[in-house]
Amino acid sequence: MTKPLLDVEDLRVRFHLRTGTVEAVRGVSFQLGRERLGIVGESGSGKSQTGRAILGLTPPPGEVTAKRLAFDGIDLLTASNRTLRTLRGGRISMVMQDPKYSLNPVMTIGEQIIEAYQAHAKAGRNEARDKALAMLEAVKMRDPGRVFALYPHEVSGGMGQRAMIAMMLVTDPDLLIADEPTSALDVTVSMEVLRILDELVTERGMGLIFISHDLKLVSSFCDRVLVMYAGRVVEELEAKNLREAQHPYTQGLMRCLPTLVDDVRPLPTLNRDPAWAL
Amino acid sequence: MVSAVMNGGGGHGSALRSFLKKVAQFVIVLATTLLGLVAVTFFIGRVVPIDPVIAVVGDRAPAHVYERVRTELGLDRPLIEQFVIYVKKAATGDFGNSVLTTNPVMTDIINVFPATLELATLGTLIGVLIGIPLGVLAAVKRGTLIDQFVRVLGLVGYSVPIFWLGLMGLLLFYAKLGWVAGPGRIDVTYSYLYTPVTGIVLLDTAMQGQWDAFWDAVSHVILPACLLGYFSLAYISRMTRSFMLNELAQEYVIAARVKGLSEMRVIWRHALRNAAVPLVTVIALSYANLLEGSVLTETVFAWPGLGQYITNSLQNADMNAVLGGTLVIGTVFVLLNLVSDLLYRLLDPRTR
Amino acid sequence: MAGAPLAEQPAGLRAWLLSPEPHSRWQARLGRFYLGWRAFSRNPLAVVGLGIVILLILLAIFADVIAPYSPVAGGDLRTQRLLPPSETFWFGTDDQARDIFSRVVYGSRITLFVVVLVALIATPIGLLVGTVSGYLGGWVDTVLMRITDIFLAFPRLVLALAFVAALGPGIENAIIAIAITSWPPYARIARAETLMIRNSDFIAAVKLQGASTPRIIMGHVVPLCISSLIVRVTLDMAGIILTAAGLGFLGLGAQPPMPEWGAMVATGRNYLIDQWWVAAMPGLAIFVVSLGFNLLGDGLRDVLDPKAAK
Repeated sequence: MTKPLLDVEDLRVRFHLRTGTVEAVRGVSFQLGRERLGIVGESGSGKSQTGRAILGLTPPPGEVTAKRLAFDGIDLLTASNRTLRTLRGGRISMVMQDPKYSLNPVMTIGEQIIEAYQAHAKAGRNEARDKALAMLEAVKMRDPGRVFALYPHEVSGGMGQRAMIAMMLVTDPDLLIADEPTSALDVTVSMEVLRILDELVTERGMGLIFISHDLKLVSSFCDRVLVMYAGRVVEELEAKNLREAQHPYTQGLMRCLPTLVDDVRPLPTLNRDPAWAL
Repeated sequence: MVSAVMNGGGGHGSALRSFLKKVAQFVIVLATTLLGLVAVTFFIGRVVPIDPVIAVVGDRAPAHVYERVRTELGLDRPLIEQFVIYVKKAATGDFGNSVLTTNPVMTDIINVFPATLELATLGTLIGVLIGIPLGVLAAVKRGTLIDQFVRVLGLVGYSVPIFWLGLMGLLLFYAKLGWVAGPGRIDVTYSYLYTPVTGIVLLDTAMQGQWDAFWDAVSHVILPACLLGYFSLAYISRMTRSFMLNELAQEYVIAARVKGLSEMRVIWRHALRNAAVPLVTVIALSYANLLEGSVLTETVFAWPGLGQYITNSLQNADMNAVLGGTLVIGTVFVLLNLVSDLLYRLLDPRTR
Repeated sequence: MAGAPLAEQPAGLRAWLLSPEPHSRWQARLGRFYLGWRAFSRNPLAVVGLGIVILLILLAIFADVIAPYSPVAGGDLRTQRLLPPSETFWFGTDDQARDIFSRVVYGSRITLFVVVLVALIATPIGLLVGTVSGYLGGWVDTVLMRITDIFLAFPRLVLALAFVAALGPGIENAIIAIAITSWPPYARIARAETLMIRNSDFIAAVKLQGASTPRIIMGHVVPLCISSLIVRVTLDMAGIILTAAGLGFLGLGAQPPMPEWGAMVATGRNYLIDQWWVAAMPGLAIFVVSLGFNLLGDGLRDVLDPKAAK
């Protein structure tokens, strides 16, 4: 019986603003092994903040509390900054939404990957360079040597996202958080990126938290799904059992998805029950 | 040859063409701006209510002398022709002779300019070395005491009259505390110990090993340089803070933290690296501002630079000198703006 | 997110101002002004700035009443020259036995005069050039912007110096010189704003209704540029005061015996070491007034253009 990779119990993220306190995450609990967990929700549901809280990167007016927040047995709430920094990038990584903004515009792609590697491995420049090139190959870049020397604005969205994946996986982390990794990409490009992500996660036996607003996508990619609404988890189930969803919000979401088979007119919309937000 | 370039399809041909086009545009803008500067000074020169002929010959000159000088000065030609002649002369650096010193204005300017450069350079150096770290600190520790302090520093820098602050500085550090030397560039007793080569006293005395003179020069330059330095750092720290706040809010900074980099590295290698692009422009502009600030500073400190030259000439109604000096400063301003533009393009890989 | 929630139902005037359904244009306007004032007054420094500016205006209007002595007529040249600050002479006396405090108070009139006139001259010019240039585009835009850039290429003090050198010293010439060097940034701002709204739907709608170009520019474009221009002009006033004082310091502004603050500092320079107050006091006045305008301008900017704040 191995201990879970990630153990989250009653996670709360509060923002103390001048106009009052906003609770973005209100008591989220789950456990994660080396499996794929999807977190689905709309904007403002708290899914991104959950991911940031795990990494300890909640932006400043925010406060994170939990009954338990542990990674591989290490208590993330009481860990020192140094420990957290070793974990970040080294054992827990995050792929962000838009490579146009999440890659440093004045550093070449290769430099950024090398930087990520050298932050966690005592390696010389040549070894780091080789690792970076190998990683670029692993994400199926057609000409790794050329891309290595390019700046982020010189590559397309799909290439940029693959570069981001390369940068975040070069250190061989145990857990990857993917925060809307394909939301900024075209459909065909995002299929490609997902395929690569799929391969790498399976190959390396990593845990994955896939955060998205796309229920269909998450259900096809992940083993388990958490549905979040207004900061709470309203439903947790196996991806293959989505049709048996109990909570009216999830049922509503499933009903809104157009299908090729049925012809439901008008297309149903979601009727929000204020009770869900309590 | 042009058609060959135009027909040489795709890649290289069109890249070269667009580059040449950019260069051409750039040159045209520069030329028209400089031409405009010359036009403004020409216009100012013509607005003078004093008769320039009388300024040369005096008001008791006989008619034929007056006419002769008038023809010499080209004032009998139509205005357009006068303007063209003026432009041609300006292009070669001929601004006429100074009524006061009877030297060609350009010679005078070349003599006094290094002194102003010295002040502006030292001031900008202080501004950069102190201003940038302060600005970064204020941005990183936003809302804390140090942030407030930097903002107050900036606010005072924008509000205090430079000539008054200079005088108060002299009062405190020279008269009351005796820490620095008074007005002037170097004590008279030392000025014979070295030969002016570069026009910059600090360099000349150091190169010639005249250390007593060197330290005296330092003691003279430190107060005006710090004065200009303060204005520079008020501006630079405020802009640095603003740019850094902008960068620290970006996604790539979060990504850098995700990678587990130390906060120092995130601030300096990521945020500041990006903020440096507009910051370099700010530094060039600050240098230009200091050239303007030195006009009043030099008056307060009796510093023999271009600023003092212009104000002295002004008080002696020496229009050639005033206009020549104004044109030189204006040109340097334009060139500095240009340099800052170029630096921006060089540093930001997105604009290359 | 809405602002601070109102705890109880406000009564009377306040209720009328904050009413979500105003009955007249005036009610809406005053209501907006009231909200803007509330946001402004939450910033203590901005209120201080406003206070300083109001103080300046009051000093200028009531100088006759506030100043204890005449600003131009000196006292006894044998016994009252260069006296230090005391009960009788709050800021001391200068080399002509004149009370410095009274001179500073009367000098506020000159400062206000310069600032107001420069603003009144430069702002319309800048507004006109900017909006016309931005709206018409094409070669009009290119020519006007080249001219603007040329004026921007000169450092303000130096250009003002050159103009005053040509026109001769004196306060009117100083004002003209400063105004000539002040309008270019306003033109740039007005043009930037105009470019943003030029292609909006409401401009298209007005055009479709048959409005002529001058009417569009004057009636629709200009009012929208005004708020950012007001911020800029207020922030600029500090710079205008400093430039005017600089010119005065060089003897190019108001001529003696007028109590212009910059010129007073210049006089004080000769007595700096032993009678520091002659230079210190008028300079302090320049500093405080300049600071006031800067604080006011910052506060206005935070209210009128919150995106630019911080």
